[in-house]
Amino acid sequence: MTSHVLSLLVEDKPGLLTRVAGLFARRGFNIESLAVGHSEIPGLSRITIMVDVEDVPLEQVTKQLNKLINVIKIVELDVAQSVQREHLLIKVKVDNTTRSQVLEAVNLFRARVVDVATDAVVIEVTGDSGKTQALLRVLEPFGIRELAQSGLLAIGRGSKSITERVFKN
Amino acid sequence: MTTETSPVPSAPASAEPEMLTGSGAIIRTLELLGVTDVFGIPGGAVIPLYDELMTQTKIRHILVRHEQGAGHAAEGYASATGRVGVAIATSGPGATNLVTAIADAYMDSVPLLAITGQVFSTSMGTDAFQEADIIGITMPITKHSFLARRAEEIPAAIASAYHIASTGRPGPVLVDITKDAQQNLAPFIWPPKLDLPGYRPIVKAHGKQVQAAAQLLLNAKKPVLYVGGGVIRAHASAELIVLAEATGAPVVTTLMARGAFPDSHPQHLGMPGMHGTVPAVLALQESDLIISFGARFDDRVTGKISEFAPNAKVVHVDVDPAEISKIRFADVPIVGDAKDVIADLTLAWAEVTQDAAPDTAEWWTYLHGLKEEFPLGFTEPTDGLLAPQYVIQRIGELTGPEAVYAAGVGQHQMWAAQYIKYERPNSWLNSGGAGTMGYSIPAAMGAKVAEPDRVVWSIDGDGCFQMTNQELATCTINKIPIKVAIINNSSLGMVRQWQSLFYDGRHSFTDLNTGHGTAMVPDFVKMADAYGALGIRVTSKDQVDDAIKLALATNDRPVVIDFIVSPGAMVWPMVPQGVSNSFVQYAKDHAPTWGDE
Repeated sequence: MTSHVLSLLVEDKPGLLTRVAGLFARRGFNIESLAVGHSEIPGLSRITIMVDVEDVPLEQVTKQLNKLINVIKIVELDVAQSVQREHLLIKVKVDNTTRSQVLEAVNLFRARVVDVATDAVVIEVTGDSGKTQALLRVLEPFGIRELAQSGLLAIGRGSKSITERVFKN
Repeated sequence: MTTETSPVPSAPASAEPEMLTGSGAIIRTLELLGVTDVFGIPGGAVIPLYDELMTQTKIRHILVRHEQGAGHAAEGYASATGRVGVAIATSGPGATNLVTAIADAYMDSVPLLAITGQVFSTSMGTDAFQEADIIGITMPITKHSFLARRAEEIPAAIASAYHIASTGRPGPVLVDITKDAQQNLAPFIWPPKLDLPGYRPIVKAHGKQVQAAAQLLLNAKKPVLYVGGGVIRAHASAELIVLAEATGAPVVTTLMARGAFPDSHPQHLGMPGMHGTVPAVLALQESDLIISFGARFDDRVTGKISEFAPNAKVVHVDVDPAEISKIRFADVPIVGDAKDVIADLTLAWAEVTQDAAPDTAEWWTYLHGLKEEFPLGFTEPTDGLLAPQYVIQRIGELTGPEAVYAAGVGQHQMWAAQYIKYERPNSWLNSGGAGTMGYSIPAAMGAKVAEPDRVVWSIDGDGCFQMTNQELATCTINKIPIKVAIINNSSLGMVRQWQSLFYDGRHSFTDLNTGHGTAMVPDFVKMADAYGALGIRVTSKDQVDDAIKLALATNDRPVVIDFIVSPGAMVWPMVPQGVSNSFVQYAKDHAPTWGDE
């Protein structure tokens, strides 16, 4: 199986997410990661979905998604042709002996500490999954108390926009 | 004293939009969309709507006895005409009773508009009395759905739903309307703005693809036109006949497409699939080119998909892009409306064949041989009881192709697909994809409402009949004189057939005790009588014609004929589930034994 990143431009309507998620469940496809938010056009949202399927079922997923009335456009974003990022908040256990080592890792990964307590820090990191996974591996030995991560966000490189040709007529 | 001295403000030059209640807006919108008949049943959350329905005269409302009946009636109405069928139900159980019909319409691409009442918008989500999330429940089985919480939203919601249901690949669309939206006043603005930026059905196919299809057809030695229900939905029968005759290619019509191409046409090989004719099954299986129009390579047609038509290239024409290459890879995918694509292909064919025509003589020699060797046929049952195939065949022969035939699901459905000769589209209605027992009677009722001048037969089974016969009351009261033929083999016949063939004859819970030598509960003739219909019982061959003729002559009330037939009769030919179509069993005289499926 191979991971594919789909970017969907959708109408911001009630139940939209249920329609999309239900379609995946119904047709037997797994959503690996999901991120939803407003797009640059009022009333339209953008959904980034990572799905682990072969090429032929991927085509079927895309076609079925396209049939949803509230889905306006779908593009597959190739890793090389797009910027792909995920965002993590990691709460790590620290004490006087480990704090400096943790902070060093944070600096090396260009992550940031966004909350400090006597016995823990919350670290914020943004990057592709290679980077975030590497940071997690480094922090693991210190004790990860809590982890929250966003779905993958992706946008095509260059000046083109997926909304460009949607509203021409 | 004169009133003229006190000036009264005159009516404004540009009239303000009329104020209507949400219920009034529902009715006005339906009217303006051209809806003339609706099927439904009132309940708490649609009382406001029914209050306004009572006082208007443009829309005929048929009061059904069960919401499922409303749904199937709307389907029958739609399938007999191509128009949108409309069903109305209240919230909660009223809405959930529509679910089966909605699922059925989804599988068979029937343009259905389902309007459901919903609890007050302020109560939604609180588990209020008769509350059900019908939009959530029907999401996987509707083409789309709308929730109207405010009266202002109603015209656009219904007009959008109607548009979506009837265009592209047709299907069911649900509009859920809260009770307060029905009660409140709002300005009625027509036409409403349809804001559907994500809905753009493709109609016109790509010219290059059509050219490629014509070229493949020119080079094919063993072509077949594989015709599905989409051809009927697209009203493309006339175009299909022109193409078929221009190309000389054999035609097969699926269960959903019976009538799309005349059965009497010499190029017609009949129905393919599990119970298809031997020539139709083998034509697909051995072809070198399948041109599919509005068909979806259903497992009941292909048999074991990995072994289906191994030497065939596929041209797949469908208005729904998601159908193409879903099951079988399409060498030439063509997205478009069947009517346009078939016409375009006919033109492209004329161009590519200017100085050469394909040679399919050898192919036809083979197919003619199959037709002669394996004609459709049946033998008299050994138990001396009536042959169900004979009954159905006589109904078709005595009634003719102008009638509408609506079947339930099971053996009688297959026999009705095989032994009635269909000459025109929209004359055969059945539940093909979903296989919904109980479809027939309400669907026949809906068809008769849509086409009151046609004879409408419900070919039903004793099992199916017991699921939806309450609509006979609707038929009698509303003067909808359908004719029901119960093919009464006293059992759930198709399951029984599988038990006979594949489960060592262990007939587990398939006897219904309605037929010969049983308690005959219920007595269908007495039931017919209780419903105000004419009930006739037929037990022997010599009574068949007279009963059918009496039914055809009786038009002041519904007719129910209880044809008590042999429970041993089986549907042949048959391709057992899960094997290649090459193993089609003709089995005219005997049932072969199969090891395992």
